[in-house]
Amino acid sequence: MELLYPVLIFSLLALVIGAGLAFTSRYFHVEGDPLADKVDALLPQTQCGQCGYPGCRPYADAVAADEVAVNHCVPGGERTMLAIADIMGVEPKAIEEEETAPVVAYIREDECIGCTLCIKACPVDCIIGAPKQYHTIITDHCTGCTLCLEPCPVDCIDMVETPELLEHWSWPVPGTKRAVKAEKRKAQHDGREEGLDV
Amino acid sequence: MFEFWHKIQQSLSIGSVQSFTGGIVHRNQHKVTASHPIVACALPELFIHPIKQHIGDPCEPIVQVGERVLKGQTIAKPQGYLSVPVHASTSGTVTSIEEHTIPHPSGLGLISIYIKPDGLDEVDESLHPLPNYRSVDAVELRERVRQAGIAGLGGAVFPTFIKLVRDQKNPIETVILNGIECEPWLTCDHQLMIEKAHEIISGLDIILHAVDASKGIIAIEDNKLDAVKVIEKTLADMGLNESVEVRVLPTRYPQGGEKQLIQAVTGKEVPAGGLPLHIGILSTNVGTSKAVYDAVCLGEPLTERIITVSGDAVPKPANMSVRLGTSMHFLLKQCGVESFDGIKVLHGGPMMGELLSTDDVPVVKGSNGILAMTQRNIMRAHHEEEPCIRCGDCGDVCPAGLMPNLLAAHCKENQFERAEDYNLFDCIECGACSFVCPSHIPLVHYFRYGKGQVAQINREKEFAEASRVRSEKRDARLAKELAEKEEKRRIAKEKKEARAKALAEKEAAEQASSEVAAKPEEDT
Repeated sequence: MELLYPVLIFSLLALVIGAGLAFTSRYFHVEGDPLADKVDALLPQTQCGQCGYPGCRPYADAVAADEVAVNHCVPGGERTMLAIADIMGVEPKAIEEEETAPVVAYIREDECIGCTLCIKACPVDCIIGAPKQYHTIITDHCTGCTLCLEPCPVDCIDMVETPELLEHWSWPVPGTKRAVKAEKRKAQHDGREEGLDV
Repeated sequence: MFEFWHKIQQSLSIGSVQSFTGGIVHRNQHKVTASHPIVACALPELFIHPIKQHIGDPCEPIVQVGERVLKGQTIAKPQGYLSVPVHASTSGTVTSIEEHTIPHPSGLGLISIYIKPDGLDEVDESLHPLPNYRSVDAVELRERVRQAGIAGLGGAVFPTFIKLVRDQKNPIETVILNGIECEPWLTCDHQLMIEKAHEIISGLDIILHAVDASKGIIAIEDNKLDAVKVIEKTLADMGLNESVEVRVLPTRYPQGGEKQLIQAVTGKEVPAGGLPLHIGILSTNVGTSKAVYDAVCLGEPLTERIITVSGDAVPKPANMSVRLGTSMHFLLKQCGVESFDGIKVLHGGPMMGELLSTDDVPVVKGSNGILAMTQRNIMRAHHEEEPCIRCGDCGDVCPAGLMPNLLAAHCKENQFERAEDYNLFDCIECGACSFVCPSHIPLVHYFRYGKGQVAQINREKEFAEASRVRSEKRDARLAKELAEKEEKRRIAKEKKEARAKALAEKEAAEQASSEVAAKPEEDT
């Protein structure tokens, strides 16, 4: 009989805890996926689709569901990758594509035929224009996703590097002569490793 | 016994002897231009006025190319609240409005207004003098200070009119005039106090009236005792020695920093992220005070300032009264510099000033000194960085009470969040830590880099957030359009069906009626 007590106690405990869990999961249920929200907040929101998903949110959902690696966001760069790897608790992975300078789209207006195809393609609604009127880009809102290039039937859109603005200028990382020299040596070393003559 | 106690008090900075924490004492002040009288700079062939010479929003040019302007005429009007206008320094013709390099460590340019002087120096008299400022409304005084384009002339160039508020919540009790000039080499404020004591004190009186404060303090370091004498005498002559006090402080860098000065003078600390206003104090430079006097009593906007032109590469160092927009190259030539080979030009003092990439930049409102140094002298200050030996000297001298070694290590490893935890943004970039570092670590450079990166990250976050909102709105719009289309299609379909049904019913009815009509015939 004494043997039965612990069994009873633990079954009762399991029942109570189970009921508690069932209650909390029902009444404190959070709509949506909080992890995906966190990942989405880290992404640069260019909506460029370079990750293979139709936008930042779908990629965030896929990352949160562990369907895809953390290193597919090219515009986000290393910093974003590291931050995502951190909250996902996985090993960081290098981004395969090379990081490029930030760009914005520019429409050569005298060549534009006013077809509105780019307006439909822009994921952030930053192209203004009307049928048979010149279109133009609101540069301040352009994310540089390049999605407007493809639909343009007359190829009148260029991607231009954003100019360095005085108010956005910041001090470069302090580079001493030694660091510069070491970097050069390292490059030479890497070149030799690859069998190149530098 | 008393002396011993006094010393202990001093070292603990308690009791009657107050000071700020940390700081350094420069063994050699290099004040070669001390007691050099202020000389006026000659008229250059061209004036270049950048449209932004203050902290805040840039101005918008309101003159056209080819237009004739007068001295003191507004040539660029402020855009936004935190902005003050730019004025022409002499009469002449606007020859061009285009980008020109400005004195900034980036070496980048800014839209500037080029004025070719005609030598007549005709004055625009649209600002009428208000000599009886005590009877003028505070709001009008504030507006006048803004119209005159006055920004803090100590180097930070914060628009002065912003400070001149009568706030019910934070009434200003004390106005501190900053005559500290703690940077080595610089002597412009020192000489200004000797030559323009009356103007400076009148300016202080105007500020006292504008903010309705009762007490004024003029703070001067004890290496400028001649200026103290002049100021005290002028105060007595003007009968203001009741309300205004001269406070002599022991020479120590960076005593001229706003927060440090307030701590040294009043013993109160400005809270992190707060303003002196929050503790009922207004502090401004002596040069700014003189500019306020000129603007109010003489109706003259800010078109010139005093600059120390010095450095070991300058044969004839001087304190000069220079019109804003004069090229620094021209200024250095005036002081006897002939060959510019191997010379580095510093804008500001040696501790906080910026190394310029070119001397073809104009003098702006924030230029308190121009130092031309020989390469050798500059290089001596730029040793190679050695590893940190954890000596803790940087923490001892930091006037903000930070731990520079840890901050720099975090900035170096791009751990900006940690750096922020260590109060990166409380750093005033005074350079005391870099100055004492035995390993020659460019600590302040790391902090500037860290601050810039944090700003960049925040900007990117904001942009991403805005993009996300735009993208979500677009998706919602597309979904709505699609739903509307579906709805229309459904309605059209329903209508079509209804029509078809009605038609079918009608046909059926017609058929029925025709059948009914046909039947009797059949019967008959």
